[in-house]
Amino acid sequence: MTVELPALERADLVESHTPNRLRRYARPALGLLLPVGIALVWELVVWLGLSNGRLVPPPTKIFATIMELARSGELARHITATLTRVVLGFGLGVIAGTVLGAVSGYWGVARRLLDPTVQALRAIPSIAWVPLFILWLGIFETSKIALIAVGVFFPVYLGVMGAILSVDRKIVEVGRTFRLSGPAMIRRILLPAVLPAYVVSLRVGLGLGWMFVVAAEFMGASEGLGYLLIDGQQLGKPAQILAAIVIFAILGKTTDWLIEIASAPLLRWQDAFSRPGGGA
Amino acid sequence: MLVLNTVGKTYPNGVHALERFSADIGIGEIIAIIGGSGCGKSTLLRAIAGLDRATSGTVTLDGEAITAPHPKIGIIFQEPRLLPWLSVADNIGFGLSELPPALRREKVALALARVGLTEKASAWPRELSGGQAQRVAIARALVPQPEVLLLDEPFSALDAFTRRDLQDHLLDLWADTRPTLVLVTHDVDEAVVLADRVLVMRPRPGRLFEEIKINLARPRDRQSPLFDNFKRRVLTALDRSLDRSVPDADPKSTAGEAMWW
Repeated sequence: MTVELPALERADLVESHTPNRLRRYARPALGLLLPVGIALVWELVVWLGLSNGRLVPPPTKIFATIMELARSGELARHITATLTRVVLGFGLGVIAGTVLGAVSGYWGVARRLLDPTVQALRAIPSIAWVPLFILWLGIFETSKIALIAVGVFFPVYLGVMGAILSVDRKIVEVGRTFRLSGPAMIRRILLPAVLPAYVVSLRVGLGLGWMFVVAAEFMGASEGLGYLLIDGQQLGKPAQILAAIVIFAILGKTTDWLIEIASAPLLRWQDAFSRPGGGA
Repeated sequence: MLVLNTVGKTYPNGVHALERFSADIGIGEIIAIIGGSGCGKSTLLRAIAGLDRATSGTVTLDGEAITAPHPKIGIIFQEPRLLPWLSVADNIGFGLSELPPALRREKVALALARVGLTEKASAWPRELSGGQAQRVAIARALVPQPEVLLLDEPFSALDAFTRRDLQDHLLDLWADTRPTLVLVTHDVDEAVVLADRVLVMRPRPGRLFEEIKINLARPRDRQSPLFDNFKRRVLTALDRSLDRSVPDADPKSTAGEAMWW
């Protein structure tokens, strides 16, 4: 009996560990099933000669194009150009959106003064600014960064203002009963309360930043991933277009993920439906 | 000594919530304010807390007029109102930010032990049950050692069993430093179990209707006939404050009275 017990325990352990490990790796893998499956099928279709794959090149061809661009150093140059524009535009848009959003969220007079104008400007499709920006700021970097910043500004502004306006009055009252000064109230009550919505608005803003960098690079650029797209279209190189799209996807997902992991330690307290480990 | 002198409140929208409420509340006294809805109980408490300013009359604590939240006055709300981004321990220490960290930790640890939540020190508020969360709120209000603790229907959102548990617990904590307690409630049982004096209010506009002294030694036995007697007295006063018939009056005769014309 005593000899058998450890064996039993071990069997128990093994049994309880396997499903856990399976779940840990199987879940992300599930998300890969569809895109990888489609890629494999298309590869097979072209390989079998059912399609010539000229307009829709198979994955191996796209991958080869990316490798070729990488080898010649072209890829690094284009990525750097695009990334620099996004980072600068995103940074400016976030700063402006945060400051103005905070001012009009916190201060009623500023909101009544500022918000109608900002809302009216928001109704203008951002691309409509392109001709004006080119006239004002020239065809080079400044106008591109300005366009991206405008795209990023609005969701951040709205997110910050809305978040401040919706901070629970009851929680603010707790701060009042402990006689927090204005700055202490902002630091200890408002900032943490606003943070979850702020992170969401940053992620939305970043998404728009990536969208507008393409628009900006369409309007005459000599480098950047958007230039690769236009170049691929004009020279009839669909593989190059798809290569640029794939890289956009990777960069967009990576930068979004960076915001997510940077904010995760600050948001552990959230009682949310889709908390990691909370099922769903 | 907490002195309420003809405190009145009319809201900007014209609602006359409270009229000429006066009371002298001694140090260490436990006062229960009870009344039907809309009789200005919470308005009164918020005026004492300094969260809202009375439109007439004054609230003074030890001769000092209260017009804004005061360090000697703590308040516990109906909801725990814990800050969800702070751990239980940090929530309790929220009002102690001026103290050096070592001293603050010590006080928080003491308070945690006192409310029996030491093992929850690093938990998030979302992980607490309703009763535990309210205990944290009590600890947070008590840890700066206020002279006056205001409670705005603090246990009304809890189940009956947890409520009784917390009422006993509150008395236990009160015995440590004996602050003045002013408790707003709509629960007659709660008022009689806790208070030295029950102030019954009547609505429209809210004002003091009757004061009932509860001369019962603590701990109070909720089953004793004396306890029942006080409960009935409070209930009768409440009924009269709402212009309802007293419970032991003959219902037929009142019905007839109303239809005499």
